[in-house]
Amino acid sequence: MRSVTTTATKTRLSNSNLLFMIAGIIFVLMYGFALISYPGSFMQFQTFFDLFNYNAALFIVTLGLCVVMIGGGIDISVGAVCGLVTMACAMLLQYGTGSIFGSLLLALGIGLAFGIVHGFLIAYLEIQPFIITLAGMFFAQGMLTTLHKEPLNVTNPAFVALRSYTIEIPWLGTVNRLGIFIPCEIKPGVIVVLVLVVLYFILMKWSRFGRNVYAVGGNRQSARMLGINVKRTIFLTYVLCGLTAGISGFVFLMTTGAGNIGNGALFEMKAIASNVMGGIMLSGGVGNLLGAPIGTMTLLTINELIRAAGVQSNLQAIVSGLLLYVFIVLQSIVMSLRGSTRFKLALPTWLRSQDKEKVENQG
Amino acid sequence: MQSETMLKMEGICKSFPGVRALHNVDFTLRRGEIHALMGENGAGKSTLIKILTGVYERDAGQIYLEGSPVNPRSPQDAQVMGIGAVFQEIALCPNLTVAENMFIGRSRDSFVHWKKMNAEAAEMLNSLGIPASPTQELASCSIAVQQMIAIARAVDMDCKILILDEPTSSLDEDEVQKLFALMRQLKDRGVGIIFITHFIDQVYEISDRITVLRNGELIGEYETSALPQIELIAKMMGKALSDVSTMKKQEPQKTDDSVPVFEAKDLSSATGVKPFDFTIQKGEVNGFAGLLGSGRSESVRAIFAADRVTGGEIKVNGQRVKIRSPLDAMKQGIGYLPEDRKGDGIIDELSVRDNIILALQVMKGFLRPLSRKEAEEFAEEFIKKLDIKTPSTSTPIKSLSGGNQQKVVLARWLLTQPMYLILDEPTRGIDVGTKVEIQKLVLQLAEAGMSLTFISSEIDEMLRVCSRLIVMKDREIVGELSGDLSEQDVMQMIAQGGH
Amino acid sequence: MQRLKTYADKLSHLFLPLSVLVILIIINLVKGADYFKITMVNGAFYGNIPNILFGASELVILSIGMTFVTAASRGQDISIGESGAISSAIFVQYVLRSGNVTIWTILVGFLISCVAGMIIGAFNGTLVSFFNVQPMVATLILFLGGRSIAFIIDGKVSPILANELSNRIGTVIPGVPIHTPIILTAVFIALVAVILKTTNLRLYVEAVGVNPSAARLNGINPKKVIFLTFVLMGIFSAVAGFIAVNKAGRHDSVNLLKFIMMDAILAVALGGNSLSGGKFSITGSIIGAYTIEVLNRTLLRLEVNPEAIKVFKAVFIIVLMVIASPVVRVYAKKVIDKVKRPARAPSVRQTG
Repeated sequence: MRSVTTTATKTRLSNSNLLFMIAGIIFVLMYGFALISYPGSFMQFQTFFDLFNYNAALFIVTLGLCVVMIGGGIDISVGAVCGLVTMACAMLLQYGTGSIFGSLLLALGIGLAFGIVHGFLIAYLEIQPFIITLAGMFFAQGMLTTLHKEPLNVTNPAFVALRSYTIEIPWLGTVNRLGIFIPCEIKPGVIVVLVLVVLYFILMKWSRFGRNVYAVGGNRQSARMLGINVKRTIFLTYVLCGLTAGISGFVFLMTTGAGNIGNGALFEMKAIASNVMGGIMLSGGVGNLLGAPIGTMTLLTINELIRAAGVQSNLQAIVSGLLLYVFIVLQSIVMSLRGSTRFKLALPTWLRSQDKEKVENQG
Repeated sequence: MQSETMLKMEGICKSFPGVRALHNVDFTLRRGEIHALMGENGAGKSTLIKILTGVYERDAGQIYLEGSPVNPRSPQDAQVMGIGAVFQEIALCPNLTVAENMFIGRSRDSFVHWKKMNAEAAEMLNSLGIPASPTQELASCSIAVQQMIAIARAVDMDCKILILDEPTSSLDEDEVQKLFALMRQLKDRGVGIIFITHFIDQVYEISDRITVLRNGELIGEYETSALPQIELIAKMMGKALSDVSTMKKQEPQKTDDSVPVFEAKDLSSATGVKPFDFTIQKGEVNGFAGLLGSGRSESVRAIFAADRVTGGEIKVNGQRVKIRSPLDAMKQGIGYLPEDRKGDGIIDELSVRDNIILALQVMKGFLRPLSRKEAEEFAEEFIKKLDIKTPSTSTPIKSLSGGNQQKVVLARWLLTQPMYLILDEPTRGIDVGTKVEIQKLVLQLAEAGMSLTFISSEIDEMLRVCSRLIVMKDREIVGELSGDLSEQDVMQMIAQGGH
Repeated sequence: MQRLKTYADKLSHLFLPLSVLVILIIINLVKGADYFKITMVNGAFYGNIPNILFGASELVILSIGMTFVTAASRGQDISIGESGAISSAIFVQYVLRSGNVTIWTILVGFLISCVAGMIIGAFNGTLVSFFNVQPMVATLILFLGGRSIAFIIDGKVSPILANELSNRIGTVIPGVPIHTPIILTAVFIALVAVILKTTNLRLYVEAVGVNPSAARLNGINPKKVIFLTFVLMGIFSAVAGFIAVNKAGRHDSVNLLKFIMMDAILAVALGGNSLSGGKFSITGSIIGAYTIEVLNRTLLRLEVNPEAIKVFKAVFIIVLMVIASPVVRVYAKKVIDKVKRPARAPSVRQTG
């Protein structure tokens, strides 16, 4: 056996890590800019925590979607599923058994059901994800309005208690005008976000499933040849995403306290935008899971900035769009400078023609 | 001493809609042998392999591995049975690290142990002399290295049978020898290797036995040492090879003025080829010789502006012109048959007809479509001229065999009646019979006044057709050869050329 | 014989939308045999068929544009509703500021809105072709921010378009029995057919959609082709917006053409086109668009709860896609083959 020492070359930063770093840097810059421009609003720690407190559901949805996107797929039903879950759980709590545990199970159940159906149709029947999850979105929206048209406030005492439960951070806080120190508060939803982020990060970096997802997203054909059960992997990404959407629905209900047909609206677009800003590419195989919460934070910071700047609400959408534009262009420039277009990264599998048994008469 | 039979495939049949890929094919592999599987395009080699590795399901026949019948239903199944394969299209994931690519999909562990995996990968890479780091993203490795990593993976899996499907197409001479050394090691360990290739010299260098397929049927199984090259080629073609020796090279037409049909000075492109000068006369056939990676394809692509041109002056028939895009080149009467037939050549979903008229149509412009009648006529004309085997002009080109696809692309460029046609590996992956046809056609076209550049990785092919060879090494031109040449001359120039 | 075979091949692509349409028509006929009845009211045709043609006008136009975009860029433009909202807002502003509204006013306003559509299309096209952004991500920008822009152009109100000509464009021209939008759509389709016949649009778009690098090496500039499809989409959105705003009589930046991109993408898929680009069929998309309109109205006719319509649509889409999925097709074929042929005993090979 010949032994040739391999020269330890300085390994180039992987695409995922590069984009993640850029996402991180941009978030820091954004937040820094916010701190400098509007110290009144942003200088308090509470503002930072409030980002999570009031948007926990979005964070959660983005996480689930991230896994699907890395696998090369897409799920545009997440917002609608989240909304449906809020209403369903609200109804259970208000009119039904009123059991919190029951409503949690219901949330998970609904999310799981959507995920399983999506996953089966997309992975095993090989139908385009965009269409299937579009149908899922329609289904969920329809069910939502069928269930209950008017907003439904949950007055169930146990639930209200759960909602109002806050965790205080004694060593961080502000002194208000009366000279009383008010510690920073974190809502329970934030804990859920934290736990999920850690779990999912471990999942994507260290578990066999997670690495399989990267492989499938990177090159589906190769993944199959390498012995990975591609269908099962894709199936599970959608199941996970559906489950996550279910969880987000429950957390959303905890945040707002009421079922509402507008709940979760546009979540899917915001989640996609957040993931893109977090360095997860729509084409799959590229992205660091931690980019999802970072991208969400960036998106929310941008929205807050817009609000703080006093921009009228109808202009907010324009500014969000503009900033997304800048982000996308930046990503594209960085990737092309890298020459990664030369390596012909796989197209999003859900945009590629389906795997057919090609008649190859070569040899 | 005859070693035992490890693999026996009997009576294998497989059909696809409209095509009978394999009919009653037998194949045996002994322990510790290197067995070459050969055949022209359409022979059924890759179909047989895909059945063995569980990608396809056979219609009929049996497979016996070490005496017991087996039925691989998926690549993973086959892996588990000890059948490993490395295909020509690198079946790895570019976004994963080198180590991950070596080990993913193999263990049942729920969790990944990065440290352990990286260490094991480093050990394997070192022992095989592969210049890559375990933590490197695969996409940042060259194609040759990626291929070696694919092989390393198979080796690491302690396979009983290793299938190498065209492993040497993207490797240079050094890398081929490394691969062969590795193959011999495996042979000593008792691994049976199925080696699929078009390189006849390599077959004779490394293999113990040869199996020849033709049109989906078994022609025969032979000991390599007992089968002369000429007989092998004859069996693969199904006819004698006497045509080849009657081909006469074309001498470049010498006019008094000798204004070159095409002339380039200091031409350079974004691919890193060093600025070069290039001329070609009317009716001349020249070639670019060099090892893999020496810049031959990049150079001709620069001529056609297929890659971004970064500098240089171009004259066509003595007039200065600007060629900044393939369309510019086409308008100057230049045509280019790309090296990568599947990726750059055919447009697979489109019909044979559409593929044939494509270039001509683009030259005529967006606002001047050919009538359906005209398009049909052109297509039929060339199907006849080049003997293209296709059920109809409307058949999607992806249904055709590789050789016929190549003929379609050739027809496409011939239809534009270029004054200068560049053919980059026009005979790669094509059966010997079609190869000869194309070579003859090249000489005919040159005699009629067309200038051609013919690139082939088989030097003897170029020597047969080209009157002048431009020799390249390490992305620059190191010399030119003409007259009566041998392979030695070329290799010598490469060895001596450069700094 | 060959000719017949190619016709049969062509029609087989339309099998999907046509079969769905037929099923829907049958359902409708079961519900009420007078489905095809057409009445004349005030000199114009009314009835299910005319209503469908009328209602689907914008969707048909947008589906054609979406077909081109999908075929060439392998992605979808999700901003078409917003784009239409912006262009039509500009049209409305021009008309409202023009004092006396003549046919020229309308025409000029229409042309200006088409130019606006071109600019919007160019914006999307630049992102996709020049910056290599995925179409869905690129058009996400206008999807998020477009209606706000339209709202600002509207002057933050919902302007009313109350002139005689707009009324005629949106409904009926006196003396003409067919509603104007239907005529406009028909003219539009004819124009598209002419363009496809007199240019190489189809060849270029299909080549670029299947294999952009090969297309490039044949002299086609894929970037330009993709850019063109987005510009066309922008113009088509302006046309659709024009029809929609004249129908409605006012410009509602929030609800005009809302979520129509979903139906358009659906129409393209229903028309047998691959959402991953390549070969396309305009006829398929047109039939798909009308089929979706029929579906919408069928559900209403069956007195399905408006909220529940979405649910039905969803189930319908899924059933459709399942039937059309290659996996199911292969499986169905196997089952049919088994039923056709009695099982044979497997031939045992007697070899050593």
